[in-house]
Amino acid sequence: MLKDQDRIFQNLYNDLGSDLTSAQNRGDWVNTKEITEKGRDWIINEIKDSQLRGRGGAGFPTGLKWSFAPKEIGSRPHYLVINGDESEPGTCKDRDILRFEPHKLIEGCLIASYAIQAHVCYIYIRGEYFVDGQKLQSAIDEAYEKKLIGKNAAGTGWDLDIYIHYGAGAYICGEETALLESIEGNKGQPRLKPPFPALIGLYGCPTIINNVETIAVVPTILRRGGKWFASLGREKNTGTKIFCISGNVNNPCNVEEEMNIPLKELIEVHAGGVIGGWDNLQAVIPGGSSMPLIPKEKCETLTMDFDSLVAEKSGLGTAGVVVINKDQDIIKCMARIARFYKHESCGQCTPCREGSGWMWRMLERMAKGEASKDEIEMLGDVTKQIEGHTICAFGEGSSWPVQGLLRHFKDEIKKRNNFDPIVKETQNIPYLVDQHLLDKNA
Amino acid sequence: MSLKRPAKDQPESFEFNSSSLEAANRIISKYPEGKQKSAVMALLYIAQKQNNNWIPLVAMKYIAKLLGMPYIKVYEVATFYSMFNLSPVGKYFIQVCTTTPCMIRGAGKLVEACKEKISENESELLPEKNCSWMEVECLGACVTAPMMQINDDYYEDLDKEKTLEILDKILKDEKPKPGSYRGRVNNEPENGRKTLMELKNA
Repeated sequence: MLKDQDRIFQNLYNDLGSDLTSAQNRGDWVNTKEITEKGRDWIINEIKDSQLRGRGGAGFPTGLKWSFAPKEIGSRPHYLVINGDESEPGTCKDRDILRFEPHKLIEGCLIASYAIQAHVCYIYIRGEYFVDGQKLQSAIDEAYEKKLIGKNAAGTGWDLDIYIHYGAGAYICGEETALLESIEGNKGQPRLKPPFPALIGLYGCPTIINNVETIAVVPTILRRGGKWFASLGREKNTGTKIFCISGNVNNPCNVEEEMNIPLKELIEVHAGGVIGGWDNLQAVIPGGSSMPLIPKEKCETLTMDFDSLVAEKSGLGTAGVVVINKDQDIIKCMARIARFYKHESCGQCTPCREGSGWMWRMLERMAKGEASKDEIEMLGDVTKQIEGHTICAFGEGSSWPVQGLLRHFKDEIKKRNNFDPIVKETQNIPYLVDQHLLDKNA
Repeated sequence: MSLKRPAKDQPESFEFNSSSLEAANRIISKYPEGKQKSAVMALLYIAQKQNNNWIPLVAMKYIAKLLGMPYIKVYEVATFYSMFNLSPVGKYFIQVCTTTPCMIRGAGKLVEACKEKISENESELLPEKNCSWMEVECLGACVTAPMMQINDDYYEDLDKEKTLEILDKILKDEKPKPGSYRGRVNNEPENGRKTLMELKNA
């Protein structure tokens, strides 16, 4: 288990209070000025050395992303946008950062803004987290008051304004370009890439978009060194991560752990085990609803990081672990996820808009045992026609969980849906013969 | 995409009151000059708050004029995002999360409770009631599932009895205490916490 002193989010459970004084006692804002004095290149290199990968789902190397920002400010200003539109089913980590560790996020915003030369930072928070957003707002107000942000923020000589922008219940706005559209006051429909936001983003200006957790770990990495962060976990999957363990476990919880932790340890030690014992486990969704599920046999030895989960044809995603035990109907669980995607599709691309509804309706029928045998193959075909044929990754996100179900629980579906509508040629059924043809020959 | 229809009975006029207008101007100032359109979502929220939890069409027209953007663009935004209510929902708007992580922990029971106490159908505001309910997609509190949201507040770690208690209070126009209903502290494991123990005991 990770040592307590190596946990970045000391106040994950709000033992210490989220106000500025308590945050400073935990080490936030202590030497922000010295960090920025080491220069932009040092900051970006240190983040590269730490091998920090984005915590929002895609796992893109953060240092590399920052280096895409133009080196000089041209005619257009730069923007930093923080993605706090946490809506992936199974994930609730950013909420705890917003309400209990807001100063880690705000300080991270300052350092990141300095590194990419942005003077304005927008934090996009999902509308449902209004109360948590208010807590962040009061932390921002506190930081303004103490001159930690604003003009000459924290004595660094850099000016930074931070604003909160609330979403309004659209999952798709977690996609970075849809999020930009949403901030610009449009409906949240993703843009075609390229151009990438690092060059043409918010209001057509260079924009770097990072997840809340990614930015919140930055100050600690820079204080303790990229090497320290890289020493945790394993190569290319370094550092710590907040895991959200929900579903059929005895003690569902959020916990910060080292990357590459065995899934079994996560469930047994931190979440108090599966309800009904380990043998009652049916499957685990390892990284939020859009990642394909993993059946029990593989859960025994599975370790939780980006690359080992990709090897299992799944992904770490947001690290929202949903545990499903044998008391649940796995087809129904997936049908409900398909309904989620049907509801949340933005409607821009036809394969996704129509296909997400198809998948949901087929799975609902399969759960009831009303589908025919050949529909199982057809469902797989539908997922393939959505995947890769849409503007954004929502197409993959909606079809992967269904593919996961088909990969690991095909027998279960087949058992329930064995009705065969095709009349075999070998069967001689007289009333199906074309009567008029018979008459002609007669 | 969710299907949303504006209410049949629409008020004749709408205007921000002074405090709403002040809040609106403060929000508009957050965005660069000429980009005041960005404030449309925040202004819709303000209108919704002022108008008893729902947004009439005249309010969209009013906001369009205020921000200097076409009415249809405001309408587009208001109908796209699910948190903007286009018809009355009552003083208390109850949203029950029924996505898979909540579903497998018994969100169906919460729906049952709502059906018993409030109305048989979702999104139905009965004339004698001050609240309505609907099923929504993931609200991002999966670790404390099943849960529901009433206006701005989260009610977590629920079961049917506790939901009925909460709904009784709502129907009596009292605000129940938000948070976990099993007395759990935030998102820590309920018993047998293994991490950051020194801080807990400090």
